[in-house]
Amino acid sequence: MSSTAPSREKLRIVIVGHVDHGKSTLIGRLLFDTGSVPEGKYEQLKAAAEAEGMDFEYAFLLDALLEEQEQNITIDTTQIPFRTATRDYVIIDAPGHKEFLKNMITGAASADAAILLIAANEGIQEQSRRHGYLLSLLGIRQIIVAVNKMDTVHYDQKTFEQIQKEYTDFLKELNITPTYFIPISARYGVNITHSARDLMPWCTAPAILEALAQFTPPSARHDMPLRLPVQDVYRFDDRRIIAGRIEAGTLRVGDEIEFLPDGKRSRVKSFETWPIPQEPILQAEAGRSVAITLTEQIFIRRGHIAQKPQSGCIETHEFRANVFWIASEPLRVGSRFKLRLTTQEVEASLITLHRVIDTATLVAPPHSPDFIGKNEVGEVTLRTRSPIALDLASFLPETGRFVIIGSNGIAAGGGIVLHAKPEERRSSENIVWADGGVSREMREARNLHRGAVLWFTGLSGSGKTTLAVALERDLFRRGYQTFILDGDNLRFGLNRDLDFSPAARSENIRRASEVAKLMAEAGLIVITSFISPYRLDRERARAIITETKIPFIEIYINAPLEVCQKRDPKGLYAKALAGEIKNFTGISAPYEPPENPEIEIRTDLLSPEKALDLLLDRILPQLQLKEPETSI
Amino acid sequence: MDHLDRLESQSIYIFREAFYAFERIALPWSMGKDSNVLIWLAKKAFCTKIPFPILHIDTTYEFPEMLEFRDWAKNYYDLDLIVWINEAARRGDPPYSSPIGYETHDPVTVTHELKTVALQQAMAKYQWDALITGIRRDEDPTRAKERYFSPRTAQFEWDYKDQPPEFWNQFTTQVGPGEHVRVQPLLDWTELDIWLYIKREKIPIPKMYFARPDPQTGKMMRFRSLGCWPITKPVESSATTIDDIIEELRTTKTSERAGRAQDHHERNAMQKLRAKGFM
Repeated sequence: MSSTAPSREKLRIVIVGHVDHGKSTLIGRLLFDTGSVPEGKYEQLKAAAEAEGMDFEYAFLLDALLEEQEQNITIDTTQIPFRTATRDYVIIDAPGHKEFLKNMITGAASADAAILLIAANEGIQEQSRRHGYLLSLLGIRQIIVAVNKMDTVHYDQKTFEQIQKEYTDFLKELNITPTYFIPISARYGVNITHSARDLMPWCTAPAILEALAQFTPPSARHDMPLRLPVQDVYRFDDRRIIAGRIEAGTLRVGDEIEFLPDGKRSRVKSFETWPIPQEPILQAEAGRSVAITLTEQIFIRRGHIAQKPQSGCIETHEFRANVFWIASEPLRVGSRFKLRLTTQEVEASLITLHRVIDTATLVAPPHSPDFIGKNEVGEVTLRTRSPIALDLASFLPETGRFVIIGSNGIAAGGGIVLHAKPEERRSSENIVWADGGVSREMREARNLHRGAVLWFTGLSGSGKTTLAVALERDLFRRGYQTFILDGDNLRFGLNRDLDFSPAARSENIRRASEVAKLMAEAGLIVITSFISPYRLDRERARAIITETKIPFIEIYINAPLEVCQKRDPKGLYAKALAGEIKNFTGISAPYEPPENPEIEIRTDLLSPEKALDLLLDRILPQLQLKEPETSI
Repeated sequence: MDHLDRLESQSIYIFREAFYAFERIALPWSMGKDSNVLIWLAKKAFCTKIPFPILHIDTTYEFPEMLEFRDWAKNYYDLDLIVWINEAARRGDPPYSSPIGYETHDPVTVTHELKTVALQQAMAKYQWDALITGIRRDEDPTRAKERYFSPRTAQFEWDYKDQPPEFWNQFTTQVGPGEHVRVQPLLDWTELDIWLYIKREKIPIPKMYFARPDPQTGKMMRFRSLGCWPITKPVESSATTIDDIIEELRTTKTSERAGRAQDHHERNAMQKLRAKGFM
């Protein structure tokens, strides 16, 4: 019985082409001829058109917005389901106007196949070429080129063949071979649902619907290597659930998986589901959104990509890509921006622009070759500040393409990874010597982060050093330049003339502040780990450091004295209580807790892992460079 | 994976992206078929209690059966439910000069005041920066142009002429003060997909979707889309089971919202309602 038959696979087709070459008419025709128009709608629109003294247009069936009906253009992409006896389709209508290219890409990026329209009376136009180029860039390989409005050229074979030849030559440069070239008249329904041999006896191509039936939906990726980008980690109850969608491969309970970047490993303990099934789920394949738990608690966060150990996912700071640009502000060499690839978001910059091309002409645009303008495509080398995990788009599109986010939070462009090698050391080719000295801004621009002082304060044993070390390790791995200034270490050298009297402790902190300032000026993120018990001293440190506009972030590592005494990692509390150490903070000297620290961490309540998590969440935004000098 | 698995996975993906991106989100729930599928998918996305509130904008013109269903489902799904009514409009308190209702006003006005304005009031109180909605592209031509993450201005307006690009599952998640994003996990679903999924997952739905004899005429009627009782009419149908409904949808050429008066009040009524903030 058909009502219980499973739903059928859908094929998503984008319809593209130059403005006024008949996209909406073709879609209206496809809907009408396959009986997909709701009852009465055709009659209603026909009557409305007659009332206004217009001829009925099939395009009326889908241009929804008032402006679209009035101006007879399509403003934004739209999606319309229709079905034939054999298959379900979604038509994606992509606007042809040049200024709506972002909408065309939004529509086309999710398509499995494309119909590109060229009007027989106008021939190949700017958008015919541009859209052809973008289809190739987006990786759409199943393409019908439909030469429309054949009625206006009296179904002339020569006109069709001329366009076919010219456009085939163009596509050849893009390494595209269209699957079909079909002469049609959308307006009169010629060659849409069935061949029209009577009007074009010379035509050997199938009708549009026959050709579409030959196309295949995207292939399943379950036999590819595993790629599971982590979307989020949930701790709603006692489970620690890792959520994400398997973009390729198959994952089973018991599998060992490795998380990039950093390569930590664990095994899949379970698939978590709601409602709880009778039989536990033991495996899931590509395309499935999953929630898993691991046998070992390792620190995972959004942006990690899980693979089977060493199965080819590339971890790198640098790669070559094709970038298409849709924002008004150009993308310049040296521009910095946020780059998103699956669930990873990293800061990146364009370090080399190999070439720029105008997608309509396939030649370099007339402007200077150091930026990519709106509606242009560039071949570039990008460098990311922290390592990014990716694949070549030719190997796996899902992990091989990215978007570039403009400063307004909106996608300004997209890209396809062409070439990348697992981390390689760069020679000096990117080092730029500046005349007249190196400023902090220049150092920061190089580092892609700000210099800053993260001032840890807290009792001995509160966990300052443990957290400072963990934080530094994490920041370093993300590509930040860091250094820990430790109280004990400073007292071995620079401050060895100082004792623990209140005056000497103040001087100790003053000197440490000056050193921290110098290092932050040099572009480093300085993590200090001093008890620094006096409020006044910390305020002075803040003043010294913020004087030159270096961010000062006071981080209060808070654990009750009893807890610190119990931990007593260096045995100092025991000695102090026995009277062997004078002026010991908490025992025989005061500790003045911060009144308004930027961050407070309760190490008696939080695990080191959670504490680090919290710290990173608060600190990372502060380390970002302010508005890039080249805004996008 | 079949087609429904794919839709389910994409919707769950969207739920999780929204939960990650926004601090304060809410899920408006009408108890209709789409929003029940939405609740079901939210439970699946988070494997446990839904980690944000569920909002019912109560127009006070709800069918009693819908309210019964609401109370039952609240417990069944363990929902953190907020019910919101535009009390001022119903009573005629300032800024209104008289009570707003279907008895005295046209459906577009009532829908705007009791749904859109009520939603604005709830938003002003709770300051949500994202709302998860159950709209689908196939419902209406203006919805077909929506994004998965669709920004709305502080005035609730949808700038359909200049929407941000959206591709490869990368969404616009930045909101300015007072702005919010409509997150739309069901955009790709069709009415038929919804019913196939309700059947497969055995999702509870109000009984009003099944055909029953009309007390006056005795004809078998069912609701295809649920809204306020004064403006929502049943259609003739013999579908008494989900299988029947699926069979009916495979052959019908009547549009889904044919029974919803506010859509047909004037030309492009839906576009006008939606540009002002209607779901």
